[in-house]
Amino acid sequence: MAFDYEKYLRPGKLPHIWCPGCGHGIVMKGLIRAMDTLKLDMKNTAIVSGIGCASRLPGYIDCCTLHTAHGRAAAFATGVKMAKPEMNVILCGGDGDGTAIGGNHFIHACRRNIDMTYIIMNNYIYGMTGGQFSPCTPTGHKASTTPYGNPDPGFDIAKLAIGAGATFVARGTAFHANQIDKLIAEAIQHKGFSVVEILDDCPTTYGRRNKYKSVIEMMNRLKEVAVPVKAAEKMTAEQLKGKVLTGVLYKDDTKSDYTTEYAKVIERAQAK
Amino acid sequence: MSRYELRFSGAGGQGLITAGIIMAKAASIYEGKQAVQSQSYGPEARGGASKSEVIISDGPIDYPKVTQCDALLAMTQEAANKYSHDLKEGGVLLIDSDLVTNIPAGNFKTVAFPIINTAKNDVGREIVANIVALGAMVALTGQVSRENAEKAVLSSVPEAFIELNKTAFSMGFEKALAASA
Amino acid sequence: MAKKVAFMQGNEAAAHGALYAGCNFFGGYPITPSTEVSEVLSIELPKVGGKFIQMEDEIGAMAACLGASLTGAKALTSTSGPGLSLKQELIGYGCIAEIPCVVFNVMRGGPSTGMPTGPSQSDVMCAKWGTHGDHATIALMPASVQECYDMVAEAFSLAEKYRMPVHVLPDEIIAHMRERIEFREPGEIEITPRKAPTVPPEQYKPYDTSFGDVPPLANFGSGYRYHVTGLNKMQDGFPTTKAEIVQAEEERQVRKVDACIDDIVTFEEYMLDDAEVVVVAYGSTSRSARYAVNAAREQGINAGMFRIKTFWPFPDKQIKALAAKVKGFIIPEMNLGMCSIELERCAQGKIPVLGIFRVDGEPINPEQIVEKIKEVK
Repeated sequence: MAFDYEKYLRPGKLPHIWCPGCGHGIVMKGLIRAMDTLKLDMKNTAIVSGIGCASRLPGYIDCCTLHTAHGRAAAFATGVKMAKPEMNVILCGGDGDGTAIGGNHFIHACRRNIDMTYIIMNNYIYGMTGGQFSPCTPTGHKASTTPYGNPDPGFDIAKLAIGAGATFVARGTAFHANQIDKLIAEAIQHKGFSVVEILDDCPTTYGRRNKYKSVIEMMNRLKEVAVPVKAAEKMTAEQLKGKVLTGVLYKDDTKSDYTTEYAKVIERAQAK
Repeated sequence: MSRYELRFSGAGGQGLITAGIIMAKAASIYEGKQAVQSQSYGPEARGGASKSEVIISDGPIDYPKVTQCDALLAMTQEAANKYSHDLKEGGVLLIDSDLVTNIPAGNFKTVAFPIINTAKNDVGREIVANIVALGAMVALTGQVSRENAEKAVLSSVPEAFIELNKTAFSMGFEKALAASA
Repeated sequence: MAKKVAFMQGNEAAAHGALYAGCNFFGGYPITPSTEVSEVLSIELPKVGGKFIQMEDEIGAMAACLGASLTGAKALTSTSGPGLSLKQELIGYGCIAEIPCVVFNVMRGGPSTGMPTGPSQSDVMCAKWGTHGDHATIALMPASVQECYDMVAEAFSLAEKYRMPVHVLPDEIIAHMRERIEFREPGEIEITPRKAPTVPPEQYKPYDTSFGDVPPLANFGSGYRYHVTGLNKMQDGFPTTKAEIVQAEEERQVRKVDACIDDIVTFEEYMLDDAEVVVVAYGSTSRSARYAVNAAREQGINAGMFRIKTFWPFPDKQIKALAAKVKGFIIPEMNLGMCSIELERCAQGKIPVLGIFRVDGEPINPEQIVEKIKEVK
């Protein structure tokens, strides 16, 4: 039987705003399947986003949804989770929203290890504003504001998250659609701050400037560069050149999460 | 009107803001008067200039800052030079005689004794110099009773230091009376 | 039983006023001269099961408050000038998404880092116009330590009543000076709870104007699922660019306060009955003004004071009525004439508006005001 996505979607809100060939819809479906697997109580689930194409995702899903200001999803979500720790809090957004304007909130959410899941759809570009380069645009690539090639080095979102203290970090791609829900489900189940980076495509503003002839070519590239962490263990440095690791990249179950720690603060304060 | 204005001035870290707070607390909580305490300070936590002002009155206090000072404590030469000029005629100036050697002239009564050295040598801890000074200011200004001021001191310091502060307060009170006699 | 009294700073009193109102969330970032608010709440909030979080920056602090408020928390943030500038982005979010919270901003010298320990009253326009776009603003101006306590408590009620961020704007003198305060008894200050939805979740719309200009707000996690956005939105909370809806919603968000101006505006009249010269003042400057009015009266001048307690919405009606019967306004303020502009607007050229503007970090002393009163005479 086909999976019934509609019971999780808000009636009357489709079609979505995403361009044909954009991977955000694939990610949304993965998230919905993950929510279904975990049987999340939608009344008690909040999806929080910033600004940008990917940040429009919450509006389509029938739970408590908060489309905040540019870059601020993690900070709003921190308020939601602190005030109501029993809620499931999921963040989503794009690479520009999360690592440029929202970079500070992102690393501090990682550092606090607050129990939320952040899905970052990384399509290497600011799509909604028409294709300006983001902190994740590879060096040398073209964007509307890097007409001669991008001089900036890019962020590795996963390494950034691990370095900042996130306790679960995974990476998937929009091509590997069947893996997305599993990564997201595992991330949500993890007690602590979890980050799932999904390598995504933006045919409209990134693909056409960087000589991708079609969506299929972009998807094929995602397929080609992705190497599961297990497989990578058996590969040489030479073989791994230009590849991107996928799967669960980092997991630490020993660190306590933020709201648990704050509950201890309350205990100590009340014991006095 | 019964408005009475005090200024505690010196260097940051001398505890003058605390001394001002306790004086105002004594007046407003224990003496049944009204009081306002305010302060100004630089960015330094220690050192730099520090000033704490207290207004005491029988009725509501509007302007919270000193207009014409009734009583001034100066714990540095700099403070004595800077603030003695707006002391009221007949007001009182209390100085640390070791630190303020160039005594400002004016139509006010000057009382001098070695405040910091009293704390250091007679009480045994330099850190309570502000309470020695407070005891002296209470004696010289007569705005709050000795008992009420002492209550305010005791409610403002950690329990382990109550005796030390009590001694410091009494020492300041007595020495000021002796020095002004 | 005797009331609980204490001798404390304006900032400390503000924290206790918040607790009185049921504040159970504080999101902040350290900044002079408002830090004592967060220090007190870091001690007190966990004692009552509330949450205190020090965020990574001022924007994050504002965001956390709005997020917490959506779950039903009574959220407070405190800051000062540069922090208020940063918070503006999300104060605007709070305005358009209509999320209650209280912003306690201690005014220090500016612009930029300015004078961190010096008093100022130069954020009054920033509170009104700092965030872009049209929106209503409520801002209260405490002039004593007791009023820091009382006005913060009242601000929580206003925030819930009108579903918006509400400012409390003490100047540094009020925030840092110490006075005796009384802790209020339950019921002494009215605490307005959030207007909860009366319809079942499937019928709920977060901006349903059939319930009036301030629609009920459901809490996240209480069974109601809905969407919140910073985009112009429809009654169901989803974005729209439909001209007539955007126009109507924007107008409603301003009207919800404008239409209730008489319920919101508070002020104090001092010796106005026979006053010929009126000092209009707010915050700590009003204390200098009162002193000056008394001094002028002693010299036989019929002076009075109108003290602004609610700066926004501005007490137009009262000021206009005064302008029609007195000879002149004096406006002492620790900025270069921000309230003065509002007075000129209300006076409409009928009477002179003489300003005393200080931005040197020193309070305006009563003598300056007395001299100015004499100029009108």
